[in-house]
Amino acid sequence: MRGFRGYIIVRVLQSIFTVLVIATILFFLFRAAPGDAVDYMIDPTFPPEVKEQVRARFGLDRPVSEQYVKYMWNLLQGDMGISFFSQRPVTREIADRVWNTLILALASFLIAYPLGVFLGAILATKRKTKIDSGGITFSLFFRSAPLFWTGMIFITIFSIKLDLFPYGRMREIGYEADNLFQTYFSLDFLHHLILPAFVAGLYLAALPMLLMRNSVLETLDEDYIELARAKGLKEREVLFRHGVRNAILPIVTAAAVYIGLALGGMAVIEVVFSWPGLGKTIVDAVTAKDYPLAQGAFIILAIMVSVMNLVADLLYGYLDPRITYTKS
Amino acid sequence: MDLIKTIFRAILSDRLAIFGLVVIILFIFAAIFAPYVAPYEPREIIKDTDTGLVAKYKPPSLKYWFGTDNLARDIFSQVVFGSRIALVVGFLSAILVVFVGTNVGLVAGYYGGRTDNFLMRIVDIAYAIPFIPFAVLLVALLQPSIKNLILVMALLMWRAPARVIRSQVLSLSQRPFVKSARVAGASNMRIIYQHIGPNILPFVFLYIPISVGWAIIAEASVSFLGFGDPRVISWGGMLQIAFASGAMRIAWWWTLAPGLAIVLVVISVYFIGRALEPLANPQLLK
Repeated sequence: MRGFRGYIIVRVLQSIFTVLVIATILFFLFRAAPGDAVDYMIDPTFPPEVKEQVRARFGLDRPVSEQYVKYMWNLLQGDMGISFFSQRPVTREIADRVWNTLILALASFLIAYPLGVFLGAILATKRKTKIDSGGITFSLFFRSAPLFWTGMIFITIFSIKLDLFPYGRMREIGYEADNLFQTYFSLDFLHHLILPAFVAGLYLAALPMLLMRNSVLETLDEDYIELARAKGLKEREVLFRHGVRNAILPIVTAAAVYIGLALGGMAVIEVVFSWPGLGKTIVDAVTAKDYPLAQGAFIILAIMVSVMNLVADLLYGYLDPRITYTKS
Repeated sequence: MDLIKTIFRAILSDRLAIFGLVVIILFIFAAIFAPYVAPYEPREIIKDTDTGLVAKYKPPSLKYWFGTDNLARDIFSQVVFGSRIALVVGFLSAILVVFVGTNVGLVAGYYGGRTDNFLMRIVDIAYAIPFIPFAVLLVALLQPSIKNLILVMALLMWRAPARVIRSQVLSLSQRPFVKSARVAGASNMRIIYQHIGPNILPFVFLYIPISVGWAIIAEASVSFLGFGDPRVISWGGMLQIAFASGAMRIAWWWTLAPGLAIVLVVISVYFIGRALEPLANPQLLK
């Protein structure tokens, strides 16, 4: 393994391994679930012969090791079984939800990150003033508030009292899209997206803001800032052209990890806003004991998070030339 | 003992951290003396003494500080009792999370090589598991209870302190005092806990308040999603009932009170955490 290319290969293989381990954990977790899986699929009062048929159909009469091999083999081919509840393939059930979650997470992120970075840079220059402690308190407030609660409060204010935004679902009730394009590219969709994305954005903005504040504070101690000031540059120019540009590197690399974490955290927002994403699917499926659906949605979410973590690592290695990949 | 003194000095020199400490102490008192602080039984259905009718959906007033819910139960009393669950889950989870994270970080960073590689792969896996969905899944499969909630936190959240402490230990292990201890014949255990351990204590104490905050929010989220312990009153559970019963339209106070309690406790531990940050990273002091 030599250089950056070798490093990429190793990290990709590690990520695949990670996902396979998570799939394995899920397999055994669901096997350990109390009760008979067949009872969730059909009425428990059905005669035993019918139960045996169902059991055979889903391969539940085979030994666990055989089931496991088949499960992993199917998974590698993109087959995640059949939903107990809808009797449709899990992959079909969750295909749209992947996009719904991704769009919501990305929209929140695009609100949170630039806002956080900008405010963080401002706060760094207002160190030990009322603005600094006020800004920190404000952002920590939204960091301390559970996402679902902020969502409920915003719905109460902006949807119910002021009637500015719709809440719940992605489109008007009764709307049926013919294709993906129609679902996402419309004012109605945007209108439904703003409130949940903004609520999540407020929560997510705190971390880049605090990171940026510390990073700029560290940078402002450097000699080249001293030099820029000595050259007679305006304070604003010193801050943005010299301070921020150098301070932003660790924040950029933190971004990918952050999207990964945000993806998992979207679950509560999706529930509050009835947003048909992966997180809500998992919660609903677990409640309905639709284990194949919950399992499939979870694996897809875990894959998305692993990909973001991988991107973060590679980005970090790419952007920071001080890191070497050869073993000494 | 010196470290305890330093920690208190750090907290007392920061106005926000003092505020946090006072709030936490108040909540601890409310939790311990809940039956004396709460004006009503938390599950008691209140009848209005004037009209004789059931007092449901009453807005905040002198009589019902935070109003009443759909079953005419006093929300302030429920919030007071809910602080017990929040604090127990928060502090017990934090201690477990930091205990596991610190030890994994110490062992991985000190031994390095294969041990480090193996433990860091587990950290990677823990980082790839979306927390709230996993917590919902596990708690649902194991049966919702306080014990299982704490278990879930301990199972996943140790990843953050483990990673940070490992990188600290990695550089500490190269320092002369560790090498001289090894030459002097100290055992690995002794080097890890007697020589390296004290140097990473600031990080340990930094991660306790942070983990308390995470755990309280996580518990509230899981309860809100319907997988909390059904036998106890918790803030997340209150919000779940408020959400499911459509209280956002009828009774804003029902949503407001438990949420503000969560914010107050969590922001307080974060304030304390912020005051401890310079102990772990002295560069921030300047």
